[in-house]
Amino acid sequence: MQVILDRFVNLLGAESLLSGVLVVGVILAVAEVASRRLTGGRIHASAIAISIGLALAALAGWITGGKRGLADIDGCGGLAVLGGAALRDFAIVSTAFSARIEELLRSGLRGMLALAIGVGGGFAVGGIVAYACGYRDPVDLATIGGGAATYIVGPVTGSALGASSDVIALSVAAGLVKAIMVMVLTPCVARWIGLDRPEAAMVFGGLLGTTSGVVAGLAATDPKLVPYGALTATFYTGLGCLTGPSLVIAVIRWLV
Amino acid sequence: MVWGTVLLAACVLLGRCLGFFLAQWLGIDSDIGGVGVAMVALMLGMAGVRRRGLATPAFEMGVGYWAGMYIPIVVAMAATQNVWGATRGGGVAVAAGACAVLAGFAAVPLLTRGSTSGGSRPID
Repeated sequence: MQVILDRFVNLLGAESLLSGVLVVGVILAVAEVASRRLTGGRIHASAIAISIGLALAALAGWITGGKRGLADIDGCGGLAVLGGAALRDFAIVSTAFSARIEELLRSGLRGMLALAIGVGGGFAVGGIVAYACGYRDPVDLATIGGGAATYIVGPVTGSALGASSDVIALSVAAGLVKAIMVMVLTPCVARWIGLDRPEAAMVFGGLLGTTSGVVAGLAATDPKLVPYGALTATFYTGLGCLTGPSLVIAVIRWLV
Repeated sequence: MVWGTVLLAACVLLGRCLGFFLAQWLGIDSDIGGVGVAMVALMLGMAGVRRRGLATPAFEMGVGYWAGMYIPIVVAMAATQNVWGATRGGGVAVAAGACAVLAGFAAVPLLTRGSTSGGSRPID
């Protein structure tokens, strides 16, 4: 009897992915009802679900002091599997099956231009804010600027250049703020900035870059736009990691 | 149905390998654009499969299922972000992140302007 009971407990532990699916299912159900009853369907259920997820993550971080949001709560660890990099990449790539190559080729040049402006602009804006806040060391400026690009570019740039760990932590926080703001605000500003067609989504992905923010923001706006935005956004972090410790630091050293 | 998922998995792995080797070649310890490469590979692969008439509804479902699982996965991703850490990063972090977002939003209409004649139709 005891053996069977132990096996059962092990089974629940091993099936943590499924418990993650269940938690997300509850969040999605609440969001669906809230979307229909409270907003009359005007606010997308996925936008509400993402906001609930972020709010719960903040609450969980405050309670547990951990870094994985809701996944640090007992029994919710499966969320880290479901929302982890492996399945996320798999799902992002799968959205490309509905994208059309003609759209890609037609907007490719504009998307690449957006990518260059987006990466350069991210470093520039972050660097200027850091400069305004009293940072003068080129390495610190490049690292915080990288954080304003994405939360991966910041630490990659910082560790390549030998930045201090508190500046690297700052750059990660800046990148997280960016990702979260893009998730929440994209559906709100979509109409104003003309985010209603594949080409605009490609430009959007190239300019904002934060893959998690872009794909979540577009999913909450119009799921059909996701592949186009994701495509350019995924190149953004690569370009940032490439230019941060090389071109960007050279330019900043020349400017400061 | 399994073949759609097989194609998807092959594209993801191909992208990851290319991204990894490109990064190694450039001396950077991360994946450079592997997901983007995989997406292009999947678009080309799907186009090839459709042209040969092999894209049965079951085949499309093998890929489409994962595209449909996308929203739950994004919600799980949002729920596992270090939101509390981001809010405690201090004024510099919040200001740098917020300014980058606002600048990015503002630049979208500037870069899409003058190109809407053929593209303004809603996607089907």
